[in-house]
Amino acid sequence: MSDQALIPGWEVVIGLEVHAELATVTKMFSSALNRFGGEPNTNIDPVSLGLPGSLPVLNEKAVELAIRVGLALDCVIQPSVFSRKNYFYPDMPKDFQISQYDLPINGIGSLELPDGRRIGIERAHLEEDTGKSTHVGGGGRIHEAGHSLIDYNRSGVPLIEIVSAPDMRGAEDARAYVSELRSILVAIGASDGKMEEGSMRVDCNVSVRRQGTTELGTRCEVKNINSLRSMGRAIEYEARRQVDLLESGERVQQQTRHWNEDDGRTHKLRSKEEAYDYRYFPEPDLVPVEPSEEWIAEIRAALPMLPRERRRRLADAAGVEPSDTALTVQRGMDDLAVDAIAAGADAERVLVHVENNLADGAGELTAAPFAALVAMETGGDLTATQAKTVLADLVASGGDPAAHAAAHGFEAMDTSELEALVDRIIAQHPDDWDGFVGGDDKERRKKAGFFVGQVMKATRGQADGRIVNELLAQRADGQGA
Amino acid sequence: MPEKPRLNREDVAHVADLARLALTDDELDAFTGQLADVLDHAADLEALDLDGVPPMANPLPLVNVLRLDEPEPGTRADIRAEVLDAAPSVEDGRFRVPPVLGEAP
Amino acid sequence: MSARSTADAVRAGERSARSVVEEHLAAIDAREDEIHAFNLVMADEALTQADDVDRRIAEGEDPGPLAGVPVALKDNLCTRGIDTTCGSRILEGWRPPYDATAVERLVAAGAVVIGKTNCDEFAMGSSTENSAFGPTRNPLDTSRVPGGSSGGSAAAVAAGFAPLALGSDTGGSIRQPAALCGTVGVKPTYGRVSRYGLVAFGSSLDQVGPFAASVEDAALLLEAIGGHDPRDSTSIPEASPDLLGVLGQGVEGLRIGIISELMGGPDQAASVEGIAEDVRARVEQAAEALAAAGATVEHASVPSTIYGLSAYYLIAPAEASSNLARFDGVRFGLRVDADTAPEMNTATRTAGFGDEVKRRIMLGTYALSAGYYDAYYGRSQKVRTLIQRDFSRAYESFDLLLSPTAPTTAFPLGDKTDDPMLMYLADVCTIPSNLAGHPAMSVPFGTGDDGLPVGVQVLAPALAEATMFRAAAVLEGTAP
Ligand SMILES: [Mg+2]
Ligand SMILES: [Zn+2]
Repeated sequence: MSDQALIPGWEVVIGLEVHAELATVTKMFSSALNRFGGEPNTNIDPVSLGLPGSLPVLNEKAVELAIRVGLALDCVIQPSVFSRKNYFYPDMPKDFQISQYDLPINGIGSLELPDGRRIGIERAHLEEDTGKSTHVGGGGRIHEAGHSLIDYNRSGVPLIEIVSAPDMRGAEDARAYVSELRSILVAIGASDGKMEEGSMRVDCNVSVRRQGTTELGTRCEVKNINSLRSMGRAIEYEARRQVDLLESGERVQQQTRHWNEDDGRTHKLRSKEEAYDYRYFPEPDLVPVEPSEEWIAEIRAALPMLPRERRRRLADAAGVEPSDTALTVQRGMDDLAVDAIAAGADAERVLVHVENNLADGAGELTAAPFAALVAMETGGDLTATQAKTVLADLVASGGDPAAHAAAHGFEAMDTSELEALVDRIIAQHPDDWDGFVGGDDKERRKKAGFFVGQVMKATRGQADGRIVNELLAQRADGQGA
Repeated sequence: MPEKPRLNREDVAHVADLARLALTDDELDAFTGQLADVLDHAADLEALDLDGVPPMANPLPLVNVLRLDEPEPGTRADIRAEVLDAAPSVEDGRFRVPPVLGEAP
Repeated sequence: MSARSTADAVRAGERSARSVVEEHLAAIDAREDEIHAFNLVMADEALTQADDVDRRIAEGEDPGPLAGVPVALKDNLCTRGIDTTCGSRILEGWRPPYDATAVERLVAAGAVVIGKTNCDEFAMGSSTENSAFGPTRNPLDTSRVPGGSSGGSAAAVAAGFAPLALGSDTGGSIRQPAALCGTVGVKPTYGRVSRYGLVAFGSSLDQVGPFAASVEDAALLLEAIGGHDPRDSTSIPEASPDLLGVLGQGVEGLRIGIISELMGGPDQAASVEGIAEDVRARVEQAAEALAAAGATVEHASVPSTIYGLSAYYLIAPAEASSNLARFDGVRFGLRVDADTAPEMNTATRTAGFGDEVKRRIMLGTYALSAGYYDAYYGRSQKVRTLIQRDFSRAYESFDLLLSPTAPTTAFPLGDKTDDPMLMYLADVCTIPSNLAGHPAMSVPFGTGDDGLPVGVQVLAPALAEATMFRAAAVLEGTAP
């Protein structure tokens, strides 16, 4: 990992709590639809409003998705119990949240980052989401609002809360972790993982310590982070704040802090002393969940390939390191790449195309024409520039790369024709040629660019730049000798 | 009777606060005495050897009571009008409350 | 006329459901002012429902085993569009948007809901004096309490306002008022009757159950409301038990144990206190009657039952403190306005809850709070395990157990209202069954020295309601 020592002499220690909404049809404990954002208070029922007399019944799919998450994170899947977390808040209709406390469904596990490092997972448990408050007046700011309005459409939506170990050492690590976690959640169909839309929410536990020490510093929990970008900013601000305190001889107080996107700072919400007394106790309206070995095996068998397995598979096929395949896997083009390589395409060129030329998606491109295109390119039938053009055609409309190349009038130039052209251009530009032959590295590079440009101009881009460079080098060597 | 009271006025004031109840001074005195009586009675539990006895949260041995992830047809989910009509205060189809002040935990 | 014979007559077209309902409305008219069994008498709705039953019979349909039978509902059972107050100001005027499962099943069996009965606020109490709408009086002596918390339901049956009533029993709230009013009252096995739509008090203890003037009618009612409900995760996945079919089977060969710890008296080494002499004498007489009917009757020991009261008064309030948090003025019921949401919550709850509810909420909050959980709630849950184990051990030697239902006969209004702990002792014999999750019922068996009814409690292992009803039928038949 890159050196993340943001502040010389200090190490930042980060643990993350990620809440992700599970992709079920109905809510965690009732048959109201898991859908919100539209007309307020439409997807409600006695349970999601916490009406007197209503009772929760657990959604089997939510449990299955939680187990998928647990398996994907190599967690211990264990018997679990729901508890009540008691606190008053208007968007929490029962004034307690049903959550898993001392007995979560997923225990210790880990997440593998693309660079191969593992971040510990302490637990991944099920709980229910709250309704949504809108603060009216005071510019929507909570402290200045005249009143608040509550929509319970989101109340009771199933969540999985994934708690990492304090294994990250900087904003970069945290970003890598969250991206990887999101890819996993999406890959296994557990959640859509959209941070900006709030279906994935991150709280950061940040502490700092002197480089070389091992004891954990006092941490602060930072809330209200709405994007990867703000997470990075919040971590950097918070780490700096803590280091400043310590360097000026003060102490870090254990606090919950609120990230403010507008002023780019974290603000104290409450101290450890003001922490809520949640009075957890086992939820008497629910019974324990003890997934059978058979059920877990069934879920495991149906699990799609995980991002880390896809990276490894592509790396093996391409003969590169798994970290070199991260972008391809992230773009979901690893099947295409693996198949193209299997069809004989040059692995390096395949990865270059995916990374540089397919940022907007593969469109109609399939493996066989992709492989054929790369073969034409490596065989010298197409230049890199021409290949890029044909690739765009394949993305737009599929088809045969040779046909596209012909339609563009791309034809492989024969080398003797090219040699004659190069010699002619050298003769036309003697001063530049002297500069190429006799100049320093910088001058030589500059003049190489000039001559390749001239050749391209003369051939309307159909010459292969690599070959032109080789010819220039040969001619110069001949003169120098 | 125990030598030390099992709970005092401050404890009762604290739990009243946690439970969102306001007590007058007289009520605080009365409740403190009454709650202490109950806790004194419950002191008989202290003598019991409960080592290795598992706690019982529910008298039934049921596990894995699950429902299918399917919306329920019928009227139970269709209670919007009734519920909003019965609410103390509503605005734009949402429940209206005085300003909430702090963030949710 | 019993509920069963009334239903049979209505189903046979021998009398109309309307006439049955009118007869009971007349009885209510005559004495309700004096007794105050109801928070709401649903005269119009009941007559409409009765007419519907009559119409269906005229069309050749069978409305079901409770055809035309009026049933009174404790006011903590949700009824769609009908006030459901739980005896509390905080829910005054609240109309649930749904029916409790037990209510749905009653209506499906042809019963007619005649009203919502008064109760201690949120079912917290043993005398029905904790209702925000005033106390209910014992129809047998109006200077006395009917017991509680389902005192309104017990009084309604005892006064002939309805042949059947539903109550809820968290620590004895069906059995104790049944005993004090001289009716039959049943707490089924935890999970036997759905709790969906019962406003929760102590969720791991609450059960809905019947009141009736006879064992047979109680069986009829329990059969109708029992059985699995997918809306309640703690509902037992079994059909409702056949009870009517076993009532005549007697107790020949059954082994019945008198629980020593619940009999009090000088000869009992470790027993709860406060069991009145006249009550104890009736229980012993009941035991003799069962022996005479062919049962083997002996003394039994369930040692940890003496800790039941202590454990219960930590567990039930703890659960209640959480269950009652939702009464916050945001979505339903009372709101007392204030400048901020937390202040509004506090103002609403302070004005809306009575003292007993506040007491239990605070007690429960304390028992769960940081630093006290293990000593109070956690410990009590372990005691619960001990009690269930002790019962299991006793049931290795006995089919049923016997005890008083309540320590005394009905006491005067106001007698215990100043001393909560004294009031709590009224539940000392009934609480252990709730903690264990076992069924138990109270059967009237003679009177005490004051001429007021004494109830004998029959206790059974989980799911053994049928055996319990056999003994209850024998007691009913031999009661002095
Ligand atoms: Mg958290
Ligand atoms: Zn959470």
